[in-house]
Amino acid sequence: MRFRPLMLALLAATPAAAQDKPVLTVYAGDYITSEWGPGPKIEEGFEAFCNCDLQFVTGDVLPRVLMEGEGTEADIVFGLNTDVTARARASGLFAPHGQDTTDMSLPIEWTDDVFLPYNWGETAFIYDETRLENPPASFQELLDAPDDLKIVIQDPRSSISGLAMLLWVKAVYGDQAPEAWAKLAPKVLTVTKGWSESYGMFTEGEADMVLSYTTSPAYHIEAEGDETKHAAIFAEGHYFMAELAAQVAGTDQPELAQAFMDWILTPDFQTTVPIANWSLPSKLPEDQWPEVMRNLPRPDKTIFYTEDEAEALRKPALDEWLAAFSR
Amino acid sequence: MLEFRDVSVSLGEFRLSADFAVRPGARVAVIGPSGSGKSTLLSLVAGFLMPDQGVVAWDGRDLGGVAPGKRPVSILFQDQNLFPHLSVAQNVGLGVRPDLRLSAEQTDRVSQAIERVGLSGMEDRRPSALSGGQQSRVALARVLLRARPVLLLDEPFGALGPALKIEMLNLLSEIARESGATVLMVTHDPEDARFFAPETVVVEGGVAHAPTATGPLLDDPPPGLRAYLG
Amino acid sequence: MLATAAALAALILGTLAAVATFAGGLGGLGPWDWRAVWFTLWQAVASASLSALLAIPVARALARRRFPGRAVLVILLGAPFILPVIVAIMGLISVFGRTGALNGLVRSVGLPEISIYGWQGVILAHVFFNLPLAVRMILQGWQAIPAERFRLAESLDFAPADLARHLERPMLRAVLPGVWLAIFLVCLTSFTVALALGGGPRATTVELAIYQAFRFDFDLGRAATLGLVQVGLCLAALALASRVTLPSAFGAGLDAGHSPAAPRGWRRAGDAMAIGLAAGFLLWPMAAVTLRGLPRMAALSSDVWAAAGRSVAMALGSAGLTLVVALVLALAMTRAGRARGWIEAAGMLPIVASPLVLGTGLYLILRRWAGPDDLALPVTMAINAVMALPFALRILIPAARVMEMDYGRLAASLDLRGWARLRVLVLPRLSGPLGFAGGLAAALAMGDLGVITLFANDNPTLPLKLYQLMNAYRMEDAAACAVLLMAISFALFWGFDRMGRRA
Repeated sequence: MRFRPLMLALLAATPAAAQDKPVLTVYAGDYITSEWGPGPKIEEGFEAFCNCDLQFVTGDVLPRVLMEGEGTEADIVFGLNTDVTARARASGLFAPHGQDTTDMSLPIEWTDDVFLPYNWGETAFIYDETRLENPPASFQELLDAPDDLKIVIQDPRSSISGLAMLLWVKAVYGDQAPEAWAKLAPKVLTVTKGWSESYGMFTEGEADMVLSYTTSPAYHIEAEGDETKHAAIFAEGHYFMAELAAQVAGTDQPELAQAFMDWILTPDFQTTVPIANWSLPSKLPEDQWPEVMRNLPRPDKTIFYTEDEAEALRKPALDEWLAAFSR
Repeated sequence: MLEFRDVSVSLGEFRLSADFAVRPGARVAVIGPSGSGKSTLLSLVAGFLMPDQGVVAWDGRDLGGVAPGKRPVSILFQDQNLFPHLSVAQNVGLGVRPDLRLSAEQTDRVSQAIERVGLSGMEDRRPSALSGGQQSRVALARVLLRARPVLLLDEPFGALGPALKIEMLNLLSEIARESGATVLMVTHDPEDARFFAPETVVVEGGVAHAPTATGPLLDDPPPGLRAYLG
Repeated sequence: MLATAAALAALILGTLAAVATFAGGLGGLGPWDWRAVWFTLWQAVASASLSALLAIPVARALARRRFPGRAVLVILLGAPFILPVIVAIMGLISVFGRTGALNGLVRSVGLPEISIYGWQGVILAHVFFNLPLAVRMILQGWQAIPAERFRLAESLDFAPADLARHLERPMLRAVLPGVWLAIFLVCLTSFTVALALGGGPRATTVELAIYQAFRFDFDLGRAATLGLVQVGLCLAALALASRVTLPSAFGAGLDAGHSPAAPRGWRRAGDAMAIGLAAGFLLWPMAAVTLRGLPRMAALSSDVWAAAGRSVAMALGSAGLTLVVALVLALAMTRAGRARGWIEAAGMLPIVASPLVLGTGLYLILRRWAGPDDLALPVTMAINAVMALPFALRILIPAARVMEMDYGRLAASLDLRGWARLRVLVLPRLSGPLGFAGGLAAALAMGDLGVITLFANDNPTLPLKLYQLMNAYRMEDAAACAVLLMAISFALFWGFDRMGRRA
């Protein structure tokens, strides 16, 4: 921890009690730390046994860590996505998590010894059954649907889910991806910067389908008692997305950081945090999942590129996408 | 004594030179055609304009490096003599202390000055609630309080009717006499000059000529002035 | 005073340099980046031209008509400019979207529906944001024509066409280039609008390309290059504008209110239509947002209200800072001779400075001295203050010039200097423009999302809270939060503006 200059300490008064305990600094996206995200549960759950003070630092996690380099204040980085791990790993700033990942509740093998998934889901198009009676049952059906079926997607250059869709299309259509995008483009009402703008447009009724996650209906069922929103399950499969945590190699709280990593795969964490994030637990027997998650329709097939494959595909796939949408 | 020592100034094509002195306590009219440089002459004294060469001096002291507000000078313009957002009392008070932090004694002096120009009871009004003549009186009250030895008047009463103008000139005469101020008054009206100023400076053809007695000058004007007076 | 301008330029260019240095030099641009530059230029030209043109009939109608509620309407019409982008997009979609009120109307009479997704959406949104700015600036131009001129015109029995030729067109000739330039520059850095309504990557702007380079490719060199391109475009536009901008030759306006003659007949109906259409276009989306969010307002959590409080404090601080710097620069410009152009350019630079580059650069520069969490508040405040500066300057410079012309000599002859001059002359004479500028700065700061999430800490501002609500699927609460955000932005603007007028 860097010492806070006196003048600025006045602006950011720290609770007195926090001074006595060691501090674990966790960098996380602001959607995690908001009162509606999993942040409060994480803080409460970990502080219950660590005899420490868990402090979140929110914002653009990865760019900030990369800029700070060795001097980073972070002990834990929380909420990275599978598609940025290549660059994160290349920085050499992160240490192995030391967990056994053989027995995960994931649809894929997890062999990464640095980045640890704490929850997951898949990309999917969400629709409202009251507005769309015959949703496409495959990606091909979506491409072949009339152009007045309108969807909203996210920009792969600014959004994680948008990038996942890029890889999804690449995985399904391979060399035919440009043609697939060309068929999809007239159905795309608009491309938004982030997921939230898209989803807002969908709930407003602007679009028939929105690029989101297979787990999105859980929110509507659980929080709103609304069972009309569904993920359209495609025969070709869905692209896997996990959120990851990692500990910083140069941490000045190695024991605390390790304790935090050890906690992630325990039932204590797995039964509370993923549901607060409207995602699936990464290590919890399926019969212990929250009921709403257990009942969600699951795709038969899950698609996932390795880190190196994804990194190699990213640029050419983006160019294909740009070309299709700039015509 | 106010001196123009071999002064000249040019603004683009325009040029004005002056080389004369005005004795203390004199009342001098400044007349001449439009655009001849009457206001320029006053600006040189007030400090808004620096001579290209020569010296403007008061009591033998070069005024060259002295800021307008520090000169021994009060000036009244054609218009914009009052700040519209300040009350009568505040506008007058500026003559005592520009920051308006007045002591009780200074406030009394302000009231007296306002009374002296006949505006008692109007202390709290804004200039926009006053007639043209009343606005001139407020400006004169401020001149009274500033009590500077030189008073420059750039046609301040040009917009007033004849009777009102006479009234103002009378008030001005009294103030000038009491304070013994040297007055330079730009005017378009030869009658103003006869009424108020024993001496007159003619500005014409790029030169401000030395003051001469007003009566004889106007009775038998030199050719340039004759063309102007008609 | 020159130092202030120099510091400002150093801030903008220095942060760019810091980002480039960290990246080890400037990065090259790809073909997509150049397409972004072209689209940015094209949409900015279209948006600025359309806004300025449409504003003329509205401003003229408002200048020459007097009706009950006019003053309130003039203020309300200014609102979209200070509306947080996300709120505005919500409103525009609920009116012009596929399921919006307008398309409902269009469908019911059997016409094909209108789409706001695509370049037309970007321009529609930009006109929505900037028409208020244009109307306000042109209206000021009309009101700056002294009443005497209109009386003279009346006495000469001018027909409306003569009036237009001798008074109105010269005024527009003087005012329009400035209006156009201001809007052009605002649209140059548009980001969220283009991304939400643009329909796809065709509508990529430079600012978005910067975001992408920074956030996704972590290519700071390219981000710096793009930032430089943006600054270059600004300087080119400024240089161009300085050639076509004429100083207005109408002299001092009077304190008293006045209005040009109001022609009767069909022009009356025309004016009513101009005002009606503008009011409908600008107010309908705001009304739609309000109606949607209002029911849930009471249910907003205390966290949201706390964020609102923080945002207000931050906005007030930013506005204060903007006013101090803008006043110093505006007063300096009334005096500075040849340095004037440079001061003005420095003052206008922030309008196209990328907040992302600015934030990243500041972060890189400052991290040696203090932790980013400690700096979150002051840096956010400073960046918002800098971003509002160009608008404040546009408002203050002409007013300061008039003040100097009318009362500069009087003040000098009375030895009014320093603090006394500020208190007795400057503040009271400029209170109107100062209030207007302060209101604008406060409202803009209020709506700022803080793209510089590098500095974000655990105390989010209200716009960030809004995004958090959306990210948590809570669209209803987000709508309520949007109403709160809009109401506060508006209250801040109104409060400042009113304070300025009363003083």
